[in-house]
Amino acid sequence: MIVLCGAQHAEPSLPRVLRELGVKGPVSLITAGWQEREGEPGMVADPGLPVVDLALHARGEQVFAKDTELAEAWKARQIRLKLMQDFYRVRLEHAAQAARSVAVRSADPELIAEEHTASLSVLRHIDDDHVRRCLAVHAAFDAEMKPSTRPVVVRHVDELRAQIAPTDAIVIAGGHVAVLLNRLRMFGIADLAGSRPIVAWSAGAMALTDRVVLFHEDPPHGQAISEVLECGLGLAHDLVVLPEPRLRLHLEDPVRVGELAQRYAPAVCVAVDHGAQIWVDDGAAVRGVNAQRLDVSGAVQPAWVS
Amino acid sequence: MTRAIEALAAGPHTREAVNAFLAAHSFPLVEGSSITIVWRGEAEAVHLKHWVFGLPSSQQLRRLEGTDLWHLTLEIPEGSRVEYKLEVVRGGRGEWMEDPLNPNRARDPFGANSVAHGTGYTVPEWIHPDPEAPNGTIDEIRFDSQVFGRRGVAIYLPARYRRTRRYPLLVVHDGHDYLRYASLGTILDNLIHRREIPDLIVALTSSPNRLGEYAGDPRHATFITDELVPNLERTLPLDARPQSRCLMGASFGAVASLTVALQRPGFYGRLLLQSGSFAFTDIGAHNHRGPLFDPIVALMNHYRANPIAMSERVFMSCGMYESLIYENRSLAPVFTATGMEVRYVEARDGHNWENWRDRLRDGLSWLFPGPLLLVYE
Repeated sequence: MIVLCGAQHAEPSLPRVLRELGVKGPVSLITAGWQEREGEPGMVADPGLPVVDLALHARGEQVFAKDTELAEAWKARQIRLKLMQDFYRVRLEHAAQAARSVAVRSADPELIAEEHTASLSVLRHIDDDHVRRCLAVHAAFDAEMKPSTRPVVVRHVDELRAQIAPTDAIVIAGGHVAVLLNRLRMFGIADLAGSRPIVAWSAGAMALTDRVVLFHEDPPHGQAISEVLECGLGLAHDLVVLPEPRLRLHLEDPVRVGELAQRYAPAVCVAVDHGAQIWVDDGAAVRGVNAQRLDVSGAVQPAWVS
Repeated sequence: MTRAIEALAAGPHTREAVNAFLAAHSFPLVEGSSITIVWRGEAEAVHLKHWVFGLPSSQQLRRLEGTDLWHLTLEIPEGSRVEYKLEVVRGGRGEWMEDPLNPNRARDPFGANSVAHGTGYTVPEWIHPDPEAPNGTIDEIRFDSQVFGRRGVAIYLPARYRRTRRYPLLVVHDGHDYLRYASLGTILDNLIHRREIPDLIVALTSSPNRLGEYAGDPRHATFITDELVPNLERTLPLDARPQSRCLMGASFGAVASLTVALQRPGFYGRLLLQSGSFAFTDIGAHNHRGPLFDPIVALMNHYRANPIAMSERVFMSCGMYESLIYENRSLAPVFTATGMEVRYVEARDGHNWENWRDRLRDGLSWLFPGPLLLVYE
């Protein structure tokens, strides 16, 4: 079972969720999304259970220090991915501008609706192309560098396996989603977790889905258009997790809600505010607690309420 | 005339009435789009002096009959910010002064001006020190230039600076003035803390002869591109790629930034140009602005005839109340046509440091987007 949660700082739900999951033993904690602040005390609500800090960010730094060839290749890959993200955004912004220009034209409403669908299709195509190319970059990197077989990585994975073995659950905090995702991938955490329940919030929850969508509808710069970072770990399918909705979304605006939902359909966009949860069984969402589903019609409704 | 002045004028013109009026209001009076400037005292005449291009730069205040109260009402569009002084004429001589009834001041290298905030203008909250935002450090270094000799350069390092990371570099012309008059240090701290811009390193330069060096002195580009930047890239953990190099400046500093970028196309991937003195002519070699601008006219005329994408992303801003609005409005589409990403922002403000300050969030966060989109706590 996987439980995807909203941010924990205002309304920690972690202890309650762990109790509900029946977790009694120690838990493995991942706070790699906080980067250098990893493991700082007091930033995660006390789960009421012993905690084993997996220190994935620090381990990643140790890997780079020991294996400079991998470090250089990793850095080059990240620079390439960052540039690709930048170029992808340029394309998105121009496509979004074109969609707006078409939308304000005077024409038969039926044609305008058809054009809206076409505009949306262009955005989705740009998204798909970006994800495909990112996957190709990762695949080429893995084929060439074989990170999972590098001695220093193997050593850390062995240590992590031993650390995780006596724990009954994996807990993944939020933070920088790209850094977190990279560390989760570097050490194969999805495999190491085995059948243990995973509780993840904010960026942690995003990283477990099929695609990580970055969003902010009141950005300090540029257009309020969301973008796909890349594929996530794919442990929770057909979901786009949207944390911090009060800060980042306009759920009161049906046009924006509808556009966001249409863009990523058939995956379901779900706003997970403080205290919200999505329970995922065998990759599929089965239960929601205060989670809000964004509908293609523009409506916002409770998600997976039993 | 604002209602408050009308009410005063309609009542008894006594000393007590004026005292009560001054005690009851803050100044300048702002009612919708009307702003009333008030001065009290004995004088032969009082003039409003301002730098709003398009309005008479000197306007006379009217004396309320039988009193020593002077007033002038202007119609100012919403969102405006206007800097001004008062000229009080006594004994046939005019004395320029800040408005004693208005506590708002804007400082600049020439002193200070009074500031009128029109309806809808608010001082951005992100210019004030945020107790939660850790402070970066600013250290003055001495840099020995082959072309200019020893120069002082201030280096801003972000609060979470680590030698093991790689940072973008922002080179700021008139950087010390940006620190003094545009709160640049605080703004960097705040925007970094809010994740609106990434951690970055800033080199703040200043010139003892900015008008001469910035406009047409080829040594300036050598100083920046061949001396300062390579030195910083050797000694600091900088990301030495065009996407991570930005030149910034205002007025002649914007001209300097453009000139330096044009000398090495592709080297600087980001430009932040504020109220650039981008004088040009459509015919003839001399602009109405005078000989100081001749090298700029030559530069801009050449560029307009042969536009190139010397950078990747260019942020431009200009005040609508500046005479330079024409030049800046004209240049933005020329930049855009080259394929560069261009963001051009106007504000109801003048050619001054607080205008440039107020646009820094827009410009910096667009040129160097921070990890806001990537961090979900």
